[in-house]
Amino acid sequence: MKLLTGNDLPTGDVVWWTGKNWSLHIAEAVDVGDAGDAILLVEEDARRVNASYIVDAAMTPQGPLPLHIKDRVRAAGPTVRQDLGINPAINIVKA
Amino acid sequence: MYQYDKFDQSAVDARVEEFRDQVKRRLAGEITEDQFKPLRLMNGLYLQLHAYMLRVAVPYGTLDSRQMHMLAHIARKYDRGYGHFTTRQNIQYNWIKLEECADLLAELASVEMHAIQTSGNCIRNISSDQFAGAAADEVADPRPWAELLRQWSSFHPEFSYLPRKFKIAVIASKEDRAAMRLHDIGLELIMRDGVLGAKVFVGGGMGRTPMIAPEIKDFIRAEDLLSYVEACLRVYNRYGRRDNIYKARIKILVHEIGADAYRAQVEEEFAHVKTLGIDPPLAELERITAFFGTPAFETGISDTVDRADPDFAVWLDQNVKPHKQAGYAIANISLKPIGGIPGDASADQIDVMATLAKHYSFDELRVTHAQNIVLPHVAKRDLYALWQALDAAGLANANLDLISDIIACPGLDYCSLANARSIPVAQKIATRFASAERQRDLGELKLKISGCINACGHHHAGHIGILGVDKKGVENYQLTFGGSGAEDVSIGKIIGPGFDEDGVVDAVEKATDVYKALRTDGERFLDTYRRVGLDPFKEAIYG
Repeated sequence: MKLLTGNDLPTGDVVWWTGKNWSLHIAEAVDVGDAGDAILLVEEDARRVNASYIVDAAMTPQGPLPLHIKDRVRAAGPTVRQDLGINPAINIVKA
Repeated sequence: MYQYDKFDQSAVDARVEEFRDQVKRRLAGEITEDQFKPLRLMNGLYLQLHAYMLRVAVPYGTLDSRQMHMLAHIARKYDRGYGHFTTRQNIQYNWIKLEECADLLAELASVEMHAIQTSGNCIRNISSDQFAGAAADEVADPRPWAELLRQWSSFHPEFSYLPRKFKIAVIASKEDRAAMRLHDIGLELIMRDGVLGAKVFVGGGMGRTPMIAPEIKDFIRAEDLLSYVEACLRVYNRYGRRDNIYKARIKILVHEIGADAYRAQVEEEFAHVKTLGIDPPLAELERITAFFGTPAFETGISDTVDRADPDFAVWLDQNVKPHKQAGYAIANISLKPIGGIPGDASADQIDVMATLAKHYSFDELRVTHAQNIVLPHVAKRDLYALWQALDAAGLANANLDLISDIIACPGLDYCSLANARSIPVAQKIATRFASAERQRDLGELKLKISGCINACGHHHAGHIGILGVDKKGVENYQLTFGGSGAEDVSIGKIIGPGFDEDGVVDAVEKATDVYKALRTDGERFLDTYRRVGLDPFKEAIYG
């Protein structure tokens, strides 16, 4: 599956595309299939999100999980400050 | 401490308002991110893995308690209650909101601080010896020269768009506490026949192509220093590569054309630059130098320290260094608690350090490139009270220059460039060697960890270095041995195949076992490695 992520423009928070809007919670992210580039183009015009890109992910019993560790850390928050993470339950090491 | 004049203050204030307008236009959608990015980077604002990150300049690592309190205030009001002191003697905040950034910068400006030129292809914060003005072995205080370079390089129109970023260090001691020869330009102030001048080293650096700066000039008189540095930059600006980011640093230029050819170009340019009159008049030099005068030290106070408290005695031996003034000492505050995050300090801890500097260190603090804090001028009679206050705040870690005093970049936990996490590895190694006795038995052992080849964690200069890489989507860690950022500067060598996170901790432990078995009296890990070579270490680690 493919997800969309970026950083909220005014706050910098990591956000995930839910199909209509952007959410702080990867659990609410939807599979955009082949529509990622088209959505990002529209969203770039809307200028709500910075540095957005397409993320390869897999659906797990806990919800969507990015395949690459960097995106898992993005989704979870710093592994060394789990008190600051928005989704600290995400397993960073194993996809 | 240097204090802004009206020109400094008005320039910084104007920059804040300029950035406020740029942010407003970006948030209103009037400019794109491509248009805005270079503007925010010029003001030290990056977009990192989780949020915007602001890097605040601490010129040559020197600040006063008022500024330190402001850093704590920023951490509380605009971040999440902490800051991260960096290997460039700066501080970074990891959770800044774009919509609040101009207000933050305005508050910084109120205490003569800013984030200008902490990013971009310009001359970055000038770094220096954290013991400047206090070290017994310095020939002069390097800070006036660092300040002169700061003023010269700030908003320098010719050097705002260099081929790549540019880092300058100034020291004035034989002992190099600033990794001087691993900078684009390293200046070592020296006296020759009673005249102050500098040795000039050009073309050092870490990153993906680590190089030790060769000596370009054995002596340039202090009164010609600025012109000579300008000439060094001009030659780089003219011939440095702009077509390939990986070959754009000055070290590549010096390496490719050779130090002799580069030197010849600089000498020719210097002859021209010297006619332009950019070196400051004596009165201006004296004005700047006056800000760095000797504090009002008491004379005749005791050099004796009561060592009755054993924990205090350990801290005294490990973290306190000799001062040039009798009765005084240099106190190092380690930001490396066992299992903690190297370089991080909470807002409360930052406030404590500010208050202690006010009470005990003539209102001065220093940030070190090893991500620690220094109180440079502490009366020895106050050391015990200082230690008690530090201990109460969790800041009395007695591990300076020991294996748990680890330099680590933010790594994949925060950095969008990183390939692997650095901090968890640092935490595991520090925890493995948690015993104070064990660490002290190992002696000086500088361990440095970078989460990618950009080497912000200075792994090339570690007696033991660790480089995190991405191996097919999995974090992997390469070990290097034999690096040093000190006066015995060297670049570490990769010892063999990499390890996973736990494996690299085991490998470090095996290396220390080999060292203990082979060391002779007085040898550090680095000395033993240099004497016996890699083979016995490889045999123990891979055999």
